[in-house]
Amino acid sequence: MFHNIGEILILSWQTVLAVPQLFRWRQRRKVYDQLAYIGLASLSMVCILSLFIGGVLALQTGPVLVEHGISSVLGGMIGLSMCKELAPVMIAILVAGRIGSAMSAEIGSMQVYEEIDALRTMNIDPVRYLVLPRMVAIAISLPVLVLFSIPVGWFGGAMVCDFNQKIAVGFDSFFQNLREVVEIGDVLNGLFKSFVFALAIGMISCHQGLITRGGPRGIARSVTKAVVNSIVLVLILDYFLTRFLLYIQK
Amino acid sequence: MTAPAQPQGVTVEVRDLRKSFRAMEVLKGISFQVGRGERFVIMGPSGSGKSVLLKNIIGLMRPNSGEILIEGQSIHDAAVRNQYRMAMVFQSAALLNSLTVGENVGLYLAEHQLKGPAEIDAIVARVLETVGLKGLENRAPTELSGGMQKRVAIARALVVEPQLVLFDEPTAELDPLMAVTIGEEMLHLNERTGATSIIVTHDRALAFATAHRIAMINEGRIILIGTVQEVRSSTDPIVQKFIRAELAIPKSH
Repeated sequence: MFHNIGEILILSWQTVLAVPQLFRWRQRRKVYDQLAYIGLASLSMVCILSLFIGGVLALQTGPVLVEHGISSVLGGMIGLSMCKELAPVMIAILVAGRIGSAMSAEIGSMQVYEEIDALRTMNIDPVRYLVLPRMVAIAISLPVLVLFSIPVGWFGGAMVCDFNQKIAVGFDSFFQNLREVVEIGDVLNGLFKSFVFALAIGMISCHQGLITRGGPRGIARSVTKAVVNSIVLVLILDYFLTRFLLYIQK
Repeated sequence: MTAPAQPQGVTVEVRDLRKSFRAMEVLKGISFQVGRGERFVIMGPSGSGKSVLLKNIIGLMRPNSGEILIEGQSIHDAAVRNQYRMAMVFQSAALLNSLTVGENVGLYLAEHQLKGPAEIDAIVARVLETVGLKGLENRAPTELSGGMQKRVAIARALVVEPQLVLFDEPTAELDPLMAVTIGEEMLHLNERTGATSIIVTHDRALAFATAHRIAMINEGRIILIGTVQEVRSSTDPIVQKFIRAELAIPKSH
């Protein structure tokens, strides 16, 4: 494990050193390609997922709050939950499964079939060619996806609150409470978390791809490790980031 | 990165090279020298360490001990890898499947910004024509046969205008006609550019037709280095067994 952590830190440093290459048009084009692949291709899934997360949150908490006579706080509660916790974590898990797996599979298969060796013999740095564009793209895409996820989740929650007979909190009162409670800082809080999650998912997935050995079975093993390790790290990071953000907000 | 110019071969010297994978020693003290523009063939049975030797020579692997010198300088010095143009044609061709044939061939020039897009297109078209694949720039590598992929890999090496080119089993998995074509391409490359060529192969016909000198390797050790004639007339039983191996099936079968 410590060996892998060391390798990931070295890979991260090599990626940072390659950042000036982004001034080259060819390098930026690779980033745009990855942005389209990661961002646009995931957007519809993110919206569907967020709509239902907001809805379920309202469905689970609404009747209890109504029972205690505090249904008026539903908007603020769902609003805060979505932007500070649920949107960043759930979208990060979705991206780890969808994009992290694809990254490790693609780079892993290039490793197994000697494509990365071919790059090295042409004096093309695989970190600059493969890792950097993916890291930049995921670091931009994930916060943007979360930015879409938050209002869609709010909308899902508001719909359930409005249409569910047991809750019966109208759209207006839902969003009025949400506006009173949720501040721009809370949204930025979620975006910051998602940015850190993106770096973790991207780095773990690229590293797993680069250390792939042993044919199709090796690729499958790398993909599984990339997804599982990313999700575990996202959840661990979430705890420490939450503590950190609570500390600096004091 | 130096811009491609009219290339000239480089000297290669391998000194007491040893490489192990865990407890298994694959290369057990390999030493040889290759002259400028020489076609040096490394032959030997499967598992004798030929491909590992090639990957060490081009710097893809680091040896446990020993040295690989290009024009007297260590290959593991990054400045040396920048100074001399080297290319390798892999056994699997190792084309980037996410790119088209044209993008694969022009990758070196584009990534190192050595030419503009129009100039790269022209060079790619010319090089593909040289290897008999005119007009296939926009095809995906997966749409090509094994032999065509090998020729694209040779075209990719040609674009580098290499001073040292390594071939790993260039005719493996190819039919005899395609093997002849690939062999001819290798000879043309060497004659056109004067590049030093190191060729790893099982293919005796290819080795005898292309080599200036042949090294026979067995169980991680070089057992003979000599000209084609010297290898043919060697009395070493392992060499004789390898170069005379024939499938003898009784007529009743």
